[in-house]
Amino acid sequence: MPQARFRIKRHDPARDAGDADRYDEFVVEYESSLTVLEGLFAIQECQDPSLAFRYCCRAAVCGSCAMYINGRYRLACQTNLRHLRPGTITVEPMPHLSPVKDLVCEMTDFFAKYEYVKPWLMRSSGAPEREILQSPEERRKLDMSVDCILCGACYSSCPSVWTEENYLGPAALLKAYRFEVDSRDEAGSRRMPAWENERGVYRCHTITNCVEACPKRLNPTEGIQWLKRAAVCRRLFGKKK
Amino acid sequence: MKGGRDVIHHQLIVVGGGLAGLRAAVEARAAGVDVAILSQVHPARSHSGAAQGGINAALANHPEGHDDTPERHAFDTVKGSDYLADQDAVIQMTADAPGVIFEMDHWGCPFSRFDDGRIAQRPFGGAGYPRTCYGTDKTGHYLLHCLVERAYERRIPMYIEVFVTGLIVVDGACRGVVAYDMLRGGFEAFTADAVIMATGGAGRVYGNSTNAVISTGGGAAIAYQAGVPLKDMEFIQFHPTGLLTTNILMSEGARGEGGYLINGLGERFMERYAPQAMELAPRDITSRSIQTEILEGRGVDGKGYVYLDLRHLGAQKILERLPGIRDLSIHFEGVDPIDEPVPVVPSQHYTMGGIDTDVDGRTPMPGLFAAGECACVSVHGANRLGGNSLLETIVFGRRAGAAAAEDLAGQDGEDGTGGGDAVTAAARQALAATERRVAELAARGADGEDPYAIRAAMKAAMKEHFGVFREEAQMRAGLGKLEGLKARCAAVGLRHEGGVFNLDLMRTLELEGMVDVALTVAKGALRRTESRGSHSRTDFPQRDDAIWLKHTLAYPAAAGPRLAYKPVALGAFEPQERTY
Repeated sequence: MPQARFRIKRHDPARDAGDADRYDEFVVEYESSLTVLEGLFAIQECQDPSLAFRYCCRAAVCGSCAMYINGRYRLACQTNLRHLRPGTITVEPMPHLSPVKDLVCEMTDFFAKYEYVKPWLMRSSGAPEREILQSPEERRKLDMSVDCILCGACYSSCPSVWTEENYLGPAALLKAYRFEVDSRDEAGSRRMPAWENERGVYRCHTITNCVEACPKRLNPTEGIQWLKRAAVCRRLFGKKK
Repeated sequence: MKGGRDVIHHQLIVVGGGLAGLRAAVEARAAGVDVAILSQVHPARSHSGAAQGGINAALANHPEGHDDTPERHAFDTVKGSDYLADQDAVIQMTADAPGVIFEMDHWGCPFSRFDDGRIAQRPFGGAGYPRTCYGTDKTGHYLLHCLVERAYERRIPMYIEVFVTGLIVVDGACRGVVAYDMLRGGFEAFTADAVIMATGGAGRVYGNSTNAVISTGGGAAIAYQAGVPLKDMEFIQFHPTGLLTTNILMSEGARGEGGYLINGLGERFMERYAPQAMELAPRDITSRSIQTEILEGRGVDGKGYVYLDLRHLGAQKILERLPGIRDLSIHFEGVDPIDEPVPVVPSQHYTMGGIDTDVDGRTPMPGLFAAGECACVSVHGANRLGGNSLLETIVFGRRAGAAAAEDLAGQDGEDGTGGGDAVTAAARQALAATERRVAELAARGADGEDPYAIRAAMKAAMKEHFGVFREEAQMRAGLGKLEGLKARCAAVGLRHEGGVFNLDLMRTLELEGMVDVALTVAKGALRRTESRGSHSRTDFPQRDDAIWLKHTLAYPAAAGPRLAYKPVALGAFEPQERTY
């Protein structure tokens, strides 16, 4: 049977002060195909029951298992060994986020920032009896942003997040964009104060790490630049676009 | 273990942050209830988000469905259920459907659109009209984010990465839950005047499930262990098209958009089984057809799979309507459906049965409600139609939230200190009992039974003995295996005692409940000597309405599940033979 060698970064809050990096190695045997997530389960079940990692759908749609695998942001469930170079597979938690345990990192701030941008449709006119009409062309403007799975890879990869803890980050701003660009939204300038400030869009320096990190091939930077343009237009001309 | 927050009180606790739980919480909040959501994962990560193809409602937006009505939707659902669904519940669901879809649109759900700006609809299996509303092939993901965002807007408190392990029951009424706080690393009690279970299905008791890894039937098991009956558990849906190597779902939308099923001889074999509906026959019939092709040696290369062929749809349609399917197929099977047919196999997909509820989510236990896949109203009967599960979550989540709010409004105000002294005392007792149970597991440690070996054996037994086709001797053998595993659960050992994010603890604590749920499937299936919907017995190939037009109820007992039966609500549609 083929073997896979994993080198996994460990952290135990009851034991580690936090400075020294600790790695453990495990060898997993498999039949014909193995994903990194399957490898982690095999280790947790048969070799080290203390290993901690997040998981849910195992089909690349829930965003739970974003990790740093061989030095790149990847979803563990979507990463088959055949996608990786031969040799030891290094698995680390997403960098620049506080560790909770092993591959699990702190995501509370990430989600709080998502909530902070008021990511919901705002209407000033009443709701019609049926659906709010939206042309296919208007709907297409949402294509990129609605596919975000909130995995946090972009957030972890962003130097502006590393240097300014209050920066909302690419995912939250992409969500803001998703609602501002929605033809059904009537927020006007109501949502803008949440993202048009020094902890919002102006903190993005178009480094585009987020674009490279995104496992769904989305482009948060583009959304953020759209928001900047919209903000300038509104300030200069009093309208969004 | 230390690290929990002791006792926390809300008027209403919703366990589970998927579509049903979120919709219930939003509804209760709108009625002024102090409601909180407890979820094992962040609600945006719930398994509802993996639903792909769509959600049914008779909007009559499709040119070929301009005369569709909720009544026709109800008929298709009842016929699809092989007449086991409660017809009053189905009529309620299909009548509520258009309204809840428009509401999701008003809340921002990004449905795909027709040229006239209305919500797009596509054909789906077992439906007389194209009535499945969709957002590309990521409908569940869009609905889920939309409801998470609505819950944010309503400022509903969410306790995230909190894993519920048991109910708090006072004088026969549910007054809260005990939970393991994964981030704090300890146990906590949540007291409440009512609890809504919305924890999803139990697919992972099978070894070949399309479901998320967390779909372990936890909520159903916890309710069952507290004496609440599980209904119709023998009805397990096998989706016709799971990916061969991983059982990951290939949406029915792929066939709704025109995809073919092809056997090893290159034939569109559905012609033999459902000449009218072809690939859009209901899932039970389509899965049986595939399985028959495989068993009779007409799988691809004579092996255990067939092809889902989308190539004739062309790249543009695949990229526009089925982008998620294509990605999954490339990443997990190494096959691009634009260029090659996709190898697929029938895979466990949905738990039609669940906690026995009425149309308002009430269970036989006062104070306990349930909604979504963990519940059984029943609207799916013996076979669920594609597109009706997302609908069920939202319709019955909303109804359960409203009913709970109504019940709470009728109660006197509490003393404001957290549910009253008796409830707090019961909560402390439940916490202490949980701590003792963990201490026992830890005392056995690695010398105890291996929980992962038991789990693997259960999954293998369910896959082997309670699959698409069933038969007496085969099921008896399977039941024997499960009973042996249940006995071994009593001696299981905890291998890791750490506080924070202890997967070993969670997976060990949920194990016995999984085996309990598996036993209700096994016993119900063995006892039901007929074929109906997804329950297909080679030794009893006919539906037997004279004896079996009734719901199974499984109650916990010392010797395993005790079965009872209750009548099906009929009245609108006379049971007839199902042809497609």
